[in-house]
Amino acid sequence: MTARITTRRQFLALVPGVLVAGAAAAQLDPNIQALRAAALEAAVRKITGGKPVRAGKVKLQVPPLVDNGNTVPLSVSVDSPMTGADHVTAIHVLTEKNPQPYVVSAYLGPRAGRASITTRARIADTGKVIAIARLSDGSFWSDSVSVVVTLSACLEDGLI
Amino acid sequence: MSPETRAMQDDEVTGPAVFWLLDGEALWKRKEGPAGAACASCHGPGSMKGVAARYPRVASGRVVNLEQQVNVCRTERQKVPPWAYESRELLAVTAYVARESRRMPIRIEWNEATAPFLEAGRAAFNRRQGQLNLSCSQCHDDNWGKRLAGSVIPQAHPTGYPIYRLEWEAVGSLERRLRGCLYGIRAETLTYGARELVELELFLMWRANGMKLETPAVRP
Amino acid sequence: MARVVVNVPARAKRGEVIEIRTLAGHTMETGFRRTQTGELIPRDIITQLVCTYNGVEVFRAELHPAMAANPLITFTTVAAESGTLEFKWTGDNGYAATQSASITVV
Repeated sequence: MTARITTRRQFLALVPGVLVAGAAAAQLDPNIQALRAAALEAAVRKITGGKPVRAGKVKLQVPPLVDNGNTVPLSVSVDSPMTGADHVTAIHVLTEKNPQPYVVSAYLGPRAGRASITTRARIADTGKVIAIARLSDGSFWSDSVSVVVTLSACLEDGLI
Repeated sequence: MSPETRAMQDDEVTGPAVFWLLDGEALWKRKEGPAGAACASCHGPGSMKGVAARYPRVASGRVVNLEQQVNVCRTERQKVPPWAYESRELLAVTAYVARESRRMPIRIEWNEATAPFLEAGRAAFNRRQGQLNLSCSQCHDDNWGKRLAGSVIPQAHPTGYPIYRLEWEAVGSLERRLRGCLYGIRAETLTYGARELVELELFLMWRANGMKLETPAVRP
Repeated sequence: MARVVVNVPARAKRGEVIEIRTLAGHTMETGFRRTQTGELIPRDIITQLVCTYNGVEVFRAELHPAMAANPLITFTTVAAESGTLEFKWTGDNGYAATQSASITVV
């Protein structure tokens, strides 16, 4: 930085977000929100190749109000006989508001016996969690849950 | 604590604190120092049952927490350097030791020896401090159960330390948590091992007398 | 130390669907966090878990930064035959971990 900061306005201009007066700290900048929504859409399109995704068969279980967004237990199960002729080949979990949309992609087959996975995810902000299953006949099914994520009451700013 | 968080705490095989316990077990058995002594060399199997439920401890006119006692053993018995506060090793061993007291009731005695330290801890708990001029008791005695921003205010009983805190995504000590609280009310963050901090730990454990230890607990 | 834990039942009936729990010790640094001075902390995560059953892949997972630290993945498989389940984790910066578990299928 070669220019000298001589006025408060110039100083404040260096601090991103400060000039957006009145915006709540936890709310995403609308531009960033739009970018993330677009990224989610692109991710879904990459998974499905543009084919339609129908709601159903998939059950996504995640608490509607999380204790802490750093570690959110979730599980996905898909109603499928898991036979050679009719089984789930993949389960994808995505979020709406995270900096990138993917959480996990699991690849299964008839040897799974049941289409069911459990894991723990990071969810950055209140929004949807989405599970998409690909079946052996090439069809896609999904479920989504809206999750409320609050910040910790006192932030420690990296204090250890 | 939500049912999901409780389930993580009850998961003894794949709960998030499991690695610290495994590391703790390995370190407990590791021979160190000129005499090649491990913790296990002096402390036989099962010997740590109930120990953590009675810490901090007052001995020879000083109050000592579990972390400090581990380091006393290391420097005076094993003749090796102490582990740094909040180091992976110290957290692992204290978690391993405290886990031996899981489900046992906390037992801190108020007697002639412990009284001065407990009085000091109690005074600290009740004293307004920091830029926000808040005392621990204002939140944790007067307003527990109510919400501060999105979080429920707990009664602040240290039943699960060292604890896996989701906010940290790691195991941490009671002192780390207390420093976090002090930072939150904009008070001086006492250094690890400070007498005032250990006195407060002693008081908090006494205040939780009878409650069962849950180490390693999982909390938001 | 690349620490991992797997939980596989030691015995199962042929054809029974068994639950397998896996846990890997890893901070799963997202690559989105910044230091106090504003520098981006580089991504460092586990990217894949593969499970083979007597050499045949029965499960694979791709992990992304939105997986919580110390990633837990629980899945199922059919107890087809006695043998060994092998688990292999791989990730950024050459991270690799393996674990195996035996199962007796009656």
